[in-house]
Amino acid sequence: MAQATVEIVEQVARLARLSLTQDEKELFTRQLDRILEYAQSIQTLDVTSVPPMIHAAAGGILREDEDAPGLDRATVLEAAPDALDGLFRVPKVLD
Amino acid sequence: MSSLNHLTAVEIRRRVAAREVSAEEVTRAHLDRITQHEPEIGAFLCTLPARALAQARDLDAALARGDAAPRLAGVPVAVKDVLDLEGVATTCGSRILAGYRPPFTATAVRRLEAAGAIILGKTNLDEFAMGSSTENSAYQLTRNPWDPMRVPGGSSGGSAAAVAAGMAPISLGTDTGGSIRQPAAFCGVAGLKPTYGRVSRYGLVAFASSLDQIGPLARTVEDVALVSSILCGWDPRDATSAKLAVPDWMISLGDGVEGLRVGVPWGFLERGVDAGVLTAFREALSALEGAGARLIEVALPHASHAIATYYILATAEASSNLARYDGVRYGPRRGGGGSLDRMYGDTRDHGFGAEVKRRILLGTFVLSAGYYDAYYLRAQKVRSLIRADFDRAFETCDLVATPTTPTPAFRFGEKTSDPLQMYLADIFTVPANLAAIPGISLPCGRAEGLPVGLQLLGRAFAEATLFRAGHAFQQATSHHQATPPGFA
Repeated sequence: MAQATVEIVEQVARLARLSLTQDEKELFTRQLDRILEYAQSIQTLDVTSVPPMIHAAAGGILREDEDAPGLDRATVLEAAPDALDGLFRVPKVLD
Repeated sequence: MSSLNHLTAVEIRRRVAAREVSAEEVTRAHLDRITQHEPEIGAFLCTLPARALAQARDLDAALARGDAAPRLAGVPVAVKDVLDLEGVATTCGSRILAGYRPPFTATAVRRLEAAGAIILGKTNLDEFAMGSSTENSAYQLTRNPWDPMRVPGGSSGGSAAAVAAGMAPISLGTDTGGSIRQPAAFCGVAGLKPTYGRVSRYGLVAFASSLDQIGPLARTVEDVALVSSILCGWDPRDATSAKLAVPDWMISLGDGVEGLRVGVPWGFLERGVDAGVLTAFREALSALEGAGARLIEVALPHASHAIATYYILATAEASSNLARYDGVRYGPRRGGGGSLDRMYGDTRDHGFGAEVKRRILLGTFVLSAGYYDAYYLRAQKVRSLIRADFDRAFETCDLVATPTTPTPAFRFGEKTSDPLQMYLADIFTVPANLAAIPGISLPCGRAEGLPVGLQLLGRAFAEATLFRAGHAFQQATSHHQATPPGFA
């Protein structure tokens, strides 16, 4: 089973949009390796006929599709680091 | 210091309703207590004296006009800073939310306020509720009132320390893998993780959505039952909240434990439990037996896999939930002069602490192509096995009892260099979150001077049984009356 390597940590960090320092990459590689080694214990169980528990809710979780007012736009935008004309402003996406 | 600081919520409400004391006097006594002890404890990230006193005066004026006293009239409450209160900063103990003021109030907080509770402030926690010692807060340490060199537990460490230090009779915490019960045990107070779905999570900043529950901490089970009766209930704003009637648990509180079957999973307890903890636990079992309960042995054959299962599922859910912190909608932005990806990466690298990053990485890993089946899917199957263990156990018993934690409160720094050792501190609490069942921790004695917790777990939505047994235990013992040295 997989062991954590610096390459795996770099790949996962890219997926998670985390820019890590070299020190962080090395530390997290060691720590994730140890945690994953511990987590191997579940590989020993026979789960062939066991259904996954995909959620924990007790009953039906659907509601009627009714429209209702959302949060006030101006109030929400007050929390944004950068906003313009009622929109969130972000750095350029395309060059 | 004012004797008002050691009153229970039930007694405060009674005196306020009878107008023997004003809500303002009660609030002031607790605010003064916070001012006095906060420098040594560090339980609060912010206090709200003006807001609290205004609320208290409004309540006093309403009572003076002859309005009926609501069920939590004048009861001060400290709220873990992962629950939103409109207009008041929510930090989640993280730099990534610095300065954020939510435009809404959590349903849990709103329900307590509507019942006359007074919100004193927001309490410290491990960043995004990820941790077992509150050492992962980006802002401050919280000290255990029983020993300032030791952690209060976590992640609701501030909420537990505040109640133990007499700063608040009630606090709210959240529990994803033990984050209410473990700090309650370490600080010598009571804490309930309700059944999954009992309490609306609207306004709770999500960590792991299939495991998170909000619950109360207090000194007595009676107070836990009172607050739970108000806290619980269906909320259209949380699709996972249960559409089930919430009984008034105060009514059945005194029903006793005569004939109640308490299952003890000795096989699960045999390794790694501190001798002092085990002694206190055995004495607690004897007290329950003395009150009329019947002890039996039960098996939880898959519980030893709970930590591995939990740290796969909880981190997977966290990696998804925490994707929203990207410097676009709230919180400080970094690297805004570069590309969008650069801005995301810099904002997140600067905003998150080490434990949060570790969990995002682990969670992203177990969900990634090539590893999903072996980790995430397999862990979901093992979660089914763990839940089935409890289903079987509850065919022969009404409650399962364990120590809340394998050891009493540990020292600062003792487990920070080895994340796995920190995770293993949750071994007895995590199974209840995986099985979505309720659990309560009660003080049941001390080991080397430090509080020990008794954990009782019940069937889904059978909180009434936990309260009956817990109350009977507190009627038969006096552990809940102990106060930390210097906090009498």
